[in-house]
Amino acid sequence: MAKRVVILGGGTGGTLVANRLRRLFSGTDVELVVVDQNDRHVYQPGLLFVPFGLAHSEDIVRPRQRQLHDGIKFHESGIERVEIGANEVHLHDGSVLGYDVLVVATGASLILEETEGLAGPGWMDKVFTFYTPEGAGALEAALATFDGGRVVVNVVDMPIKCPVAPLEFCFLADWYFHERGIRDRVELTYVTPLDGAFTKPVASKQLGGMLADKNIELVTEFNTSEVDGAGGRLISYDQREVPFDLAVVIPLHGGASYVGRSIGLGDALNFVPTDEHTLQSKVADNVFVIGDAANVPASKAGSVTHFEGETLVENVRRHLAGEPLIDGFDGHANCFIETGFHKALLIDFNYDTEPLTGHYPGRVGLPLLKQSRLNHLGKLLFQSVYWHGLLPGRDIPGIGATMPSSGKIPVAATGATTTPKE
Amino acid sequence: MPTTMIAATQIELNDEGFFVHPEQWTEEMAAELARRESIDPLTDRHWTVLRFMRSEFLDKGTGPTVRALGKTSGVSVKELYQLFPKGPAKVAARIAGIPKPRGCI
Ligand SMILES: Cc1cc2nc3c(=O)[nH]c(=O)nc-3n(C[C@H](O)[C@H](O)[C@H](O)COP(=O)(O)OP(=O)(O)OC[C@H]3O[C@@H](n4cnc5c(N)ncnc54)[C@H](O)[C@@H]3O)c2cc1C
Repeated sequence: MAKRVVILGGGTGGTLVANRLRRLFSGTDVELVVVDQNDRHVYQPGLLFVPFGLAHSEDIVRPRQRQLHDGIKFHESGIERVEIGANEVHLHDGSVLGYDVLVVATGASLILEETEGLAGPGWMDKVFTFYTPEGAGALEAALATFDGGRVVVNVVDMPIKCPVAPLEFCFLADWYFHERGIRDRVELTYVTPLDGAFTKPVASKQLGGMLADKNIELVTEFNTSEVDGAGGRLISYDQREVPFDLAVVIPLHGGASYVGRSIGLGDALNFVPTDEHTLQSKVADNVFVIGDAANVPASKAGSVTHFEGETLVENVRRHLAGEPLIDGFDGHANCFIETGFHKALLIDFNYDTEPLTGHYPGRVGLPLLKQSRLNHLGKLLFQSVYWHGLLPGRDIPGIGATMPSSGKIPVAATGATTTPKE
Repeated sequence: MPTTMIAATQIELNDEGFFVHPEQWTEEMAAELARRESIDPLTDRHWTVLRFMRSEFLDKGTGPTVRALGKTSGVSVKELYQLFPKGPAKVAARIAGIPKPRGCI
């Protein structure tokens, strides 16, 4: 009898998994269904560039269906809930899909309501986010007419998608106001709940230094309890305040809300408990999880999602064949960090190794943790790689799923702060 | 690694003041650990959080983050900060004798 694999979410992870599974099972009678609530696939890394007029919302959105190979069914509907015991997905349009294997790829959602005042007075007027196409577009208009004052960039709490994006926003804002000749009239402040600029020590030091160089103030261990748009201030749980004229807020993230409606599927934040190496969920043997929806201790990033794809698809095959699963995923992540003035830096890390200096993927390669024009070009090129390499589920030449270490300089050798010699 | 005497027992703490061996912890140690964090006395509400942290840790191998605590412990995030002003997840983890909650990346 034909087996059915239902994939919830047609974003980065859902699309690349569907395409990889289609290739793997071509000629067999495995049925693949992808469910998503709309037909607009957003290239999310592009959102960073929209507020500065470097990209436009319509350029970074494409139809989802066109990214899916022939033979994959696309079902457009919101998801009501999953019944794990019955192996069924209930959709908003009333249909019920049974499955042999379920792949959860519904990503992370923004939860504005959990922060007092965030969606209140001033929202989309003085308080914005660039994490949605609408927000990024509105922010572009607001920045274009901003001619001086206090700009704060605030991460409410972790986890967030692409944890470096808010820092990149700061660096680009510095560049943008320079270009407009008004940098001296703008006070830029980065407000984070972390105790440094970033989570990992070597990168945190490097990025913190860059904030200082660019005259961007860093406020740490700030746990935002309230965004007072009308009064123009952020207020923390321990009663500290940061005033602003324009706030760019990265709201709390959680898993998709249907996860909360599905008994036994998610944790307190609606992420799905998942084995960090096999990517099988801990809630049912036939449920697998990819990308931001999983509670694994890896960054919520497209690169991570891409690296997970290989292991997940192999384990779905093994599960259907009754074979033991592989512990294939090592937490590999890499991100280009746009630093303004046509430069970027690259970081590469996994569950066990923090981002280090050196070169990627080997000794002759892109410089790691160091600003360069080459990395900036890499970041720009990523958009094309995304649509034409990553989503179709191709292996990208030179970029393997497991983290390379050949070109890297260990912490002991660098003293954690120095940059490598060329 | 620094060791210290708490409730007449030799305890090993890491650089950040978290228990290296959570099994060494007993309820009798909590009051003294709390005083070191400038929390005195420990109220029933504090205990609700401490017991919850402990059981989550024993269950899942890591203590909850502040947000997860706010959703599942029965104590709101606002109240958590009133109880443990210097950061509920970390301070409560130190008093409950569990490792630093594995934060997010
Ligand atoms: C501003 C920004 C910048 C970024 N920059 C980078 C970067 O430079 N590099 C990088 O690697 N990553 C970056 N990322 C992160 C990257 O985009 C995500 O990690 C990646 O897209 C995750 O893929 P996913 O499949 O898990 O989720 P998504 O691609 O978000 O897909 C989830 C899908 O599930 C659907 N869905 C959710 N709930 C429901 C429901 N109830 N019913 C039906 N459908 C539903 C959604 O419509 C969506 O299509 C960035 C993200 C943002 C926001």
